[in-house]
Amino acid sequence: MSQVTTTPQRTALYHCHLESKAKMVDFAGWEMPIEYSGIKKEHEAVRSKAGLFDLSHMGECFVSGSGALNWLQSLFTNDLSKIEVGKAQYGCMCNEQGRVLDDMIIYRFQDKWMVVMNASNREKIVHWMEKHKPADIHMDDASLRTSLIAIQGPQAQEILQKHVDIDLEKVPYYGFLEGKSCGLAGIISRTGYTGEDGFELYLPWDEAAAVWRTLVQEAEPIGLGARDTLRLESGYALYGHELSEDITPLDASLGWVTKLDKGEFVGRQAIQAYKEKGVQRCLVGLEMEGRSIPREGYPLHAGGKQVGVVTSGTFSPSLKRGIALASVETGLRAVGTEIEVEIRGRNERARVTRLPFVKGSVKRG
Amino acid sequence: MIPEELRYTEEHEWVRLQGDVAEIGITHFAQDQLGDIVFVELPAVGFKLQTGKRFGVVESVKTVSELYSPVDGEVVEINSVLSQDSDQFDPEAVNREPYGAGWMIKAKVADPGAVSKLLDAKGYASHTEGH
Repeated sequence: MSQVTTTPQRTALYHCHLESKAKMVDFAGWEMPIEYSGIKKEHEAVRSKAGLFDLSHMGECFVSGSGALNWLQSLFTNDLSKIEVGKAQYGCMCNEQGRVLDDMIIYRFQDKWMVVMNASNREKIVHWMEKHKPADIHMDDASLRTSLIAIQGPQAQEILQKHVDIDLEKVPYYGFLEGKSCGLAGIISRTGYTGEDGFELYLPWDEAAAVWRTLVQEAEPIGLGARDTLRLESGYALYGHELSEDITPLDASLGWVTKLDKGEFVGRQAIQAYKEKGVQRCLVGLEMEGRSIPREGYPLHAGGKQVGVVTSGTFSPSLKRGIALASVETGLRAVGTEIEVEIRGRNERARVTRLPFVKGSVKRG
Repeated sequence: MIPEELRYTEEHEWVRLQGDVAEIGITHFAQDQLGDIVFVELPAVGFKLQTGKRFGVVESVKTVSELYSPVDGEVVEINSVLSQDSDQFDPEAVNREPYGAGWMIKAKVADPGAVSKLLDAKGYASHTEGH
């Protein structure tokens, strides 16, 4: 058997990360910063001031054509007819069995749409879309010519405002405008994955490094390590952990982005049938009572039997305690329910907690 | 960065031998690779250590790593700041002072002579080179 070796790709900001003394790791085929000054310090910087993230590994695919809305509706679980131009919406694409292929954000422009997907699923999703694409729809996978920089934190707007030519007050949560950042034209959107207020800047690949070098003067660079603790405290799902092709969106408590009555979409009938039969699992937040730390894959017990599994777990830098997102039987979703986490053969006490674990500065609605 | 007077394993534990008692911890290199340490699980006093066998766990924010004993012996003391029941619980001591306040266990060793067969500072330095 021949062995295929692949060299990880580098973003246009790779040298910026080395300048900031990042520890680099291979993530979804990309050489990305895992941490700079330390996960706890970076996490705290985002919660209290502002942090800067390189998300250029993520996928961006533009869709255009007169039937683009209806076509995207036929692949996407959420209802894109509900958003206006200049707004974005979160949802999933599923296969015929109603299992999750990826979760994503779709942006509505005047004459096109932009699908933003996970790096690990980009090729799969672009291929899936191409397979379903009618001749009059045009797809343009812009992933490898688009850098993505996020600035997140309570001071994100104040810092970014000095470097953009639009009024950020005019950008609502999950809204976006086209504008210049440090003189560079791109898309500026009030979205993020940290629970804090903040923006994501879609920029031309090479030139983005200049924008990073300007913003990093005022915002701490943040690696994937703190990105994970921030999203976990915010209760956000991560594909490959809370979401996979083994489950429907309903199993991950994503019913709120699965609009079964909006019209037909791939996977809708299977999800509808599953819902009528009874959804088996849900996603909950767990907080440990002691100091031990729950980790992905640890079994969960209640009433003497296994009732689920940890999908992501970590030490929460804000709560200074172990927290987890977990897939459990639907009967155990109530806040306060006691569940035991099996850690190296011992059962440790935990409780179902309201999500998000930590309420950041994000201005929803 | 690598104290001359200690002995080391390839798994990044260090040993400070005084008489027949070995103080054991993890190296500066190990704590730097792990990042912020947030939890340590250590055995109780009386636990029988076996060379190369697991005696505990150290967890950073992002990873869980096993600790392997550099010696045969019996645990006689554990560092109280690493005990999860302690009011002074301070696992970051391992990051701040891996060779000092961040020591993990003390053990009465079966064969003090065996410690000299572990890596010396020079041997450990070449083991971690290129990382």
